Amino acid sequence: MCDCQNAYAELDAIILRHKDEPGGLMPVMQEAQNAYGALTMDIQQRIADGMGTTLSEVYGVATFYAQFALEKKGKHVISVCMGTACYVKGAQAVLDKLAEYLEIPVGSTTSDGQFTLQATRCLGACGLAPVMTVNDEVFGRVTPDQVAGILDKFQD
Amino acid sequence: MSDITLTIDNVRVTVPQGTTVLEAARKAHIHIPTLCFLKDLNEIGACRVCVVDAGGRTLQPSCVLEAADNMVVKTNTAKVREARRVLVELILSNHDKRCLSCVRSRNCELQKLSLELGIAEENEFAGLRNEYQVDDLSPSIVRDNNKCILCRRCVSACQNQQAVGVIGPVNRGFATSVESAWKLPLAATACIACGQCIAACPVGALREKEERPLVWQLLNNPDKHVVVQTAPAVRAALGEEFGLPMGTNVTGKLVAALRRLGFDRVFDTDFGADLTIMEESGELIQRMQTGGVLPMITSCSPGWVSFCETYYPEFIPNLSTCKSPHEMTGAMVKSYYAKAKRIKPERIAVVSVMPCTAKKYEADRPELSNGAYADVDAVITTRELARMIKEAGIDFCSLPDEAFDDMMGESTGAATIFGATGGVMEAALRTAYETLTGEELAKLDFEAVRGVAGVKEASIDIGGTTVNVAVASGTANAAKLLDRVKAGEKSYHFIEIMGCPGGCVNGGGQPIVPAPLRMEMDPRVERAKALYSADANAPLRKSHQNPEVLKAYRDFLGEKGGHRAHTLLHTSYQARPKYKTVQG
Repeated sequence: MCDCQNAYAELDAIILRHKDEPGGLMPVMQEAQNAYGALTMDIQQRIADGMGTTLSEVYGVATFYAQFALEKKGKHVISVCMGTACYVKGAQAVLDKLAEYLEIPVGSTTSDGQFTLQATRCLGACGLAPVMTVNDEVFGRVTPDQVAGILDKFQD
Repeated sequence: MSDITLTIDNVRVTVPQGTTVLEAARKAHIHIPTLCFLKDLNEIGACRVCVVDAGGRTLQPSCVLEAADNMVVKTNTAKVREARRVLVELILSNHDKRCLSCVRSRNCELQKLSLELGIAEENEFAGLRNEYQVDDLSPSIVRDNNKCILCRRCVSACQNQQAVGVIGPVNRGFATSVESAWKLPLAATACIACGQCIAACPVGALREKEERPLVWQLLNNPDKHVVVQTAPAVRAALGEEFGLPMGTNVTGKLVAALRRLGFDRVFDTDFGADLTIMEESGELIQRMQTGGVLPMITSCSPGWVSFCETYYPEFIPNLSTCKSPHEMTGAMVKSYYAKAKRIKPERIAVVSVMPCTAKKYEADRPELSNGAYADVDAVITTRELARMIKEAGIDFCSLPDEAFDDMMGESTGAATIFGATGGVMEAALRTAYETLTGEELAKLDFEAVRGVAGVKEASIDIGGTTVNVAVASGTANAAKLLDRVKAGEKSYHFIEIMGCPGGCVNGGGQPIVPAPLRMEMDPRVERAKALYSADANAPLRKSHQNPEVLKAYRDFLGEKGGHRAHTLLHTSYQARPKYKTVQG
């Protein structure tokens, strides 16, 4: 994705492509996220300078739209379904337990980069409620005390 | 452009095409309440308090609704009044409502609006409220988002007027807050501390970092000899805090009040301003005669200096090395005055009363000290001084007029106009002209550099040499001017730049002028008038005539620009990073 001489070579190319378009900031941010996984602070600074705007503006857009991520996702992404059926069957308690176990707030990534914890909308597996997924693997009828055991399988 | 006629509340009003309904209504003496609106700066229709019934499907915000021919507008129907009331009640539901301890109480646009709209219950929509930690890490500005109403006036001031843009809306919906990127404290951003965000804020979400407690502490300490000095712009605005009309010059009462507060000596920063002109005009002449870096740019405004160091570091060699007037005065108090009065410098505390929040940051700069002693120990704004006078129970308006103390109390008209944009330029030209030509200047008023235009230019003939000068105020205007210089489109010998639009009279530490009043009066104009009229009536109008300044050179400093002057009165600058925090 990048030549090792310049970690930002691809970002600079993206900026160059959209620099003079009206409303070019959004496509730059989208493409940068696709290329780098997230809009981290250094990437946002480079976008601001490249597009001739302020970091405040870029950060404002990045936090306004849910599609933008400010930090890279972990190696394993845990999603807890908060759809109606899962919620009624106790998904919140599962989510709380995961946050407590990983010692991170929902929507963030552990400092070792192993796990990202997020809440999602209905996954369509209501019959298995409450449901959580780790990467592409689905776990149904999860209880809070199973959380540690599930995660152990993924820990390096 | 042709005129159009519309009807507002049964009154026929004729206005030029392009006028908003809000402005048209004012012309008919109909007061439509506003909250996010700030003339020329923030006209975005965000808060919707100014809604009117213009016959459309829904009520429309009058600040962004263009008046049209034959339009019929109702500003005072039951529906309009109810809509405004609910809007303000909703804003109040996410506001801390701690008016008793708020510095903006009685000068708060939200408080005033609540009363005017007849809000009977401030907790009408009690429920979830966002709670924020107060950001008080900056030496100049405190942000308390518990009071923020998300009007974006500060954002517009920072971004559009100052071209700094270190704050903006973050997140969305109920979670929206106005913050710096990555929710960093202001101190960790490239904020230039100008305080124009404070001047724009309708409520108490932004205020200066107070040094009032420190000043009281110094005054209460019998071992300290506390010297106070006041900037030129303070006298042109302080009266507003006590109900006097905008543009009243209160120099005499200001001095009397400072004496009653217990300061041991009351000096005038105007002395430092005259001293600045002596050094700065000398520096300009030297640069011009020896092929030094031109254009030379003034360095009195710490907001501008910060802006230059951060956003235009290539112009650092152009900055005059002169310290700003209050730093010069401070340095002279702890050397010249200390020696003459036989007071140990460590016993002396210098307090500056400034129209400025950036001066607080400036006083902390390590290069602005003389050995172990900072030139200035505390900086309070014009507003903080007003609060101290009220705290002390001093009846300001009934005070007699008193004069500044000897040694650093004498000033010229040239120093007084430092407070207005173009003033430093004019003062420098008066002295440079007479120094270079040896002739007396026939006409002292340089009209071309006066007035509130963002960028002004003039060419002045000094003894056969044409000197090209420019003046900019507000850092967005400064950026425009510097871009032209950089592109080689313009070439000047001397540029004056002030960080705040209109100069110090409109500084971030001055009495706050609420948005409705700003639609009728321009504080930049009214306050500057007070200074120009003081100049016109001054017995001495040229800095090099100031007898106390001349005495200081004779008895203590020696040569203009000489060794001692250089050590005490000049400083240095450094490039500063735009991003202080880098995350890998």
